[in-house]
Amino acid sequence: MGDELHFKSAGELSDLLSSGSVSSVEIVQSLVERVGSVDDRVKAFNSFDAEDALAQAQASDDRRAKGESLGELDGIPVGLKDNLAVKDQPLTCSSKILESFVSPYDGTCIQKLKANGAVLWGRLNMDEFAMGSSTENSGTHTTSNPWDLERIPGGSSGGSAAAVGACETPISLGSDTGGSIRQPASHCGVVGLKPTYGRVSRYGLAAFASSLDQIGPIARNIDDAALLLNAISGYDPHDSTSYNIDVPDFRKAAADDSDRKWTIGLPKEYLEESSDSAAIKPVLDAIEFYKSQGFEFKDISLPHTEYAVATYYIIATAEASSNLARYDGIRYTKRADDFDGKDSIDVYHQSRALGFGEEVKRRVILGTYVLSSGYYDAYYLKAQKCRTLIRSDFENAFESVDAIMTPTSPTPATLKGAHAEDPLAMYLSDIYTIPANLAGIPGLSIPCGYVDGLPVGLQILGKPFKEDEILRVGRVFEAAHGYKDEHPEL
Amino acid sequence: MSEEQSIDIEKVADLARIALTSQEKSKLSGQLDSILEYINKLNELDTDNVEPTAHPHSVFNVWREDKAEKELPIEEALKNAPKQRQNMIVVPKVVE
Repeated sequence: MGDELHFKSAGELSDLLSSGSVSSVEIVQSLVERVGSVDDRVKAFNSFDAEDALAQAQASDDRRAKGESLGELDGIPVGLKDNLAVKDQPLTCSSKILESFVSPYDGTCIQKLKANGAVLWGRLNMDEFAMGSSTENSGTHTTSNPWDLERIPGGSSGGSAAAVGACETPISLGSDTGGSIRQPASHCGVVGLKPTYGRVSRYGLAAFASSLDQIGPIARNIDDAALLLNAISGYDPHDSTSYNIDVPDFRKAAADDSDRKWTIGLPKEYLEESSDSAAIKPVLDAIEFYKSQGFEFKDISLPHTEYAVATYYIIATAEASSNLARYDGIRYTKRADDFDGKDSIDVYHQSRALGFGEEVKRRVILGTYVLSSGYYDAYYLKAQKCRTLIRSDFENAFESVDAIMTPTSPTPATLKGAHAEDPLAMYLSDIYTIPANLAGIPGLSIPCGYVDGLPVGLQILGKPFKEDEILRVGRVFEAAHGYKDEHPEL
Repeated sequence: MSEEQSIDIEKVADLARIALTSQEKSKLSGQLDSILEYINKLNELDTDNVEPTAHPHSVFNVWREDKAEKELPIEEALKNAPKQRQNMIVVPKVVE
């Protein structure tokens, strides 16, 4: 592939910036051109402001010229999922109800990116309010998979993954509630990391399911994912669920190639389930590679795996119905009041009817039902108890293994429209990613091969707050294969 | 759990404050019934002696000092309000 700047990783660009052989303005110009030449087909962006990005890049170059560079991210563009709050920028969650919303503040991740000098680069498409696995539930448009434009990019962070895969940005942020970083990363042939719940502050992330949501990096290689994770991690008083624990240098940890004996668990429930799946071959080949590198593999059981999707769809929808109650047409969303009736309750009903898309309505109604009087114990409380069982499965497994390997998704990217009339089938496609959110553990998806020209991801799950270990394990594979340098023809 | 019981879509949509068309109602109630049927799978699990999980890594007693911090100015906070007057959000009449 070419030497053009847009193909380069964040790490390479960072080196070029510090050696003075390229400027941040040149990097942003090359991305503006790249977006201009491919995004009419990929459609990863909801919006981007080239002038604003160039101004940020110029400010970065000026800092550097004065010897005041803010570090390795200074001048590097970072794409943002459209559910992250950036002061004075739109934040739509790809929903009509927020189409004219402008954020009055910076979320913590954004403050940190700004403090590190990153160039905030565009707003990336997503399933509306992050509800979906294909980006087809976006209220704006459907994003395409850069490897096959007829197919979905995955979701809900489909824009974030497609933009990185299509080299429209070197790195991006997504959010992951049930697989929304890892699954699109696997479909778009890139690296995606869901950090441990509590590792990254959720302040300024539009809430979907608060006990499951995490912000995380999407990148074309592990070093870049670690670079971005370094910038956004850490305790934040504005998020009482963020965890006050040391943040290691993930970049350094991922590059550590000293000898270590690794034991990896292979959960039989995942592999039996997927034994006839199309996506399994590259995953099995990757496992063979690890064996050849001296990794020890152990068969393990996560016996409650088959209950994870049902548990998730109770907890996530219940939390969503509560979180989305704020979109009522009164305080800061589109208000429907051009109709008869016009009392407050009518305004709620009509504003939400007009502003929410079909999947959001479906989930808010399901969530309302499982929380409603007479059903709370039977559904919500029951699911919270099942969540304990799923979490215990992982705790038990991690007593004897360092990490767990599985496919990221049962299939490579499907054709657009494949699950249009069958929401349950779409929900079931998240079976391998959902358990990590319920257990709160970190999960990494790395490209491990292709099936019929479509990328396939290997998922590596780690112990709580051991992102450094799964990044390091992932890098062993990455370093011996060329996937990180392969780009789709566009 | 509610055996074989159909979701009362009128009631739940009202609780959720979403006006649905009759077409949406019939489509959604069919889909929700099949999702609930799938979810009822959890009844296979005996959870009588299991504690619920609200958050994966429990943190307790998160306090902060009770002091005022610099927060959003009123104009900023109201910037997105669909209707406003004199630093207040204008809403339809609530009390007759």
